[in-house]
Amino acid sequence: MIEISKLIKKADNKLILRGIDLKIGKGETVAILGPNGAGKSTLLKVLATLIKPTSGLVKINGLELRNNQMKIKKLQGYLPHSSLLYEHYSPLENLVFFGNLYGIKNAEEKAVELVKEVGLSFFLNEPVKNFSRGMIQRIAIARAIIHEPPLLLLDEPHTGLDQGAISILNNVILSMKAKGTTTLMVTHDFKQAADICDRIVIIKNGKVADDFRMEEKALDTVSEKYQLQVEGVS
Amino acid sequence: MIRSALLIAKKDLYSELKTKQVLATMIIFAGLVILVFSFAFDPANNTTKAVIPGVIWVIIVFSGILGLNRSFISEQRNDTMQGLMIAPMDASSIFLGKFLANFSMMLVVELVSLPFLFLLFDFQMYGGFGYLILVLMIGSFGFISIGTFLAALAANSKSSEMLLPLLLFPVTSPILIGAVQATKIILTNIEKLSSAMAWIQLISAYDVIFFVLCFILIENVLEV
Repeated sequence: MIEISKLIKKADNKLILRGIDLKIGKGETVAILGPNGAGKSTLLKVLATLIKPTSGLVKINGLELRNNQMKIKKLQGYLPHSSLLYEHYSPLENLVFFGNLYGIKNAEEKAVELVKEVGLSFFLNEPVKNFSRGMIQRIAIARAIIHEPPLLLLDEPHTGLDQGAISILNNVILSMKAKGTTTLMVTHDFKQAADICDRIVIIKNGKVADDFRMEEKALDTVSEKYQLQVEGVS
Repeated sequence: MIRSALLIAKKDLYSELKTKQVLATMIIFAGLVILVFSFAFDPANNTTKAVIPGVIWVIIVFSGILGLNRSFISEQRNDTMQGLMIAPMDASSIFLGKFLANFSMMLVVELVSLPFLFLLFDFQMYGGFGYLILVLMIGSFGFISIGTFLAALAANSKSSEMLLPLLLFPVTSPILIGAVQATKIILTNIEKLSSAMAWIQLISAYDVIFFVLCFILIENVLEV
């Protein structure tokens, strides 16, 4: 699904990504871990076509990123730190707007269905500005998946959520996985990474430091490997 | 591309309908300008008529800037601009959508304020109404298209509200000079219509060149 080869991103003469090589298969749920400033979010932004790579090759679904941006944008659902939602719009209005931008049919029906799925049916017509962080994040994930993308890019999706919201978010990710969606999730939350991901990639100083499969939901393994790579503790 | 642009324009106008922030500010500003000028110049005096073309374009330029400033800054809250950038459409669709929304709001301001101006200054038009509409349309078109592009450019700056007028006035000065001159001829000396037409041609050419340029270059401006 994703092929990244020798990916380099330079900004203001500073190397952020220093030659990332990564292959992610269809249907995989991959967590990207790493310290602050390692280049995790930059990698996600490159994949989301928000920033152009300095050099290197990125292919998504066999399509080269530079020349097929429009096709690639249709394949992706991106959830960054911010919600990307219009505050004075209701969840329904936000989702219908983005649904129409992605050209989906019956955008309103789909929006109502998704709002119900994330447990906010009661607030369907309330402006988003009155919502708590958890409620906003639930609508934000609904926005990211409204066009049923085969690739989900999530940037720290669990940050600031309560247990209920985490559980809803994980259920959405797992139900998307069951449909064959590939998920790439940048996170600092090892527990969530261990719970829902089947592969962990650790990035340090703009390079892939470790890449391993999760045999079981072994939180200890993730912590140990992370400490070994990032903090140099064995 | 047109479909996405219309969706963005509709979103911006619906947003304005809900919040009533920008359009209300623009109309209040236009009303204040008209009131202040009506105090300053005696409507009974014939020389006052010479001031009207200037007042019309003062209203368009300054109330236009109020709207343009908000156009892209409003997309910074919750990084909604990123939401538009990752959607399957060209950056030029975003420009076109924003332009359509800004242009529509500008037309509403003109529609509300100019009859009020003519009424307060007791100004009678003897023919040339169609030409006045034409000048207002092409002048506003050029001003708003360049303004929309520069608003996107200035939005990334911390002092964007100061930067936009600084960038906008030098670039749009040919449009503004042409529009004021053409309006003056149409309103006060319709016999010299051929001179007004020359100004109109100049503005039209400028509009086309800069609209195409903005359309092409917007991708580089909007990159995160």
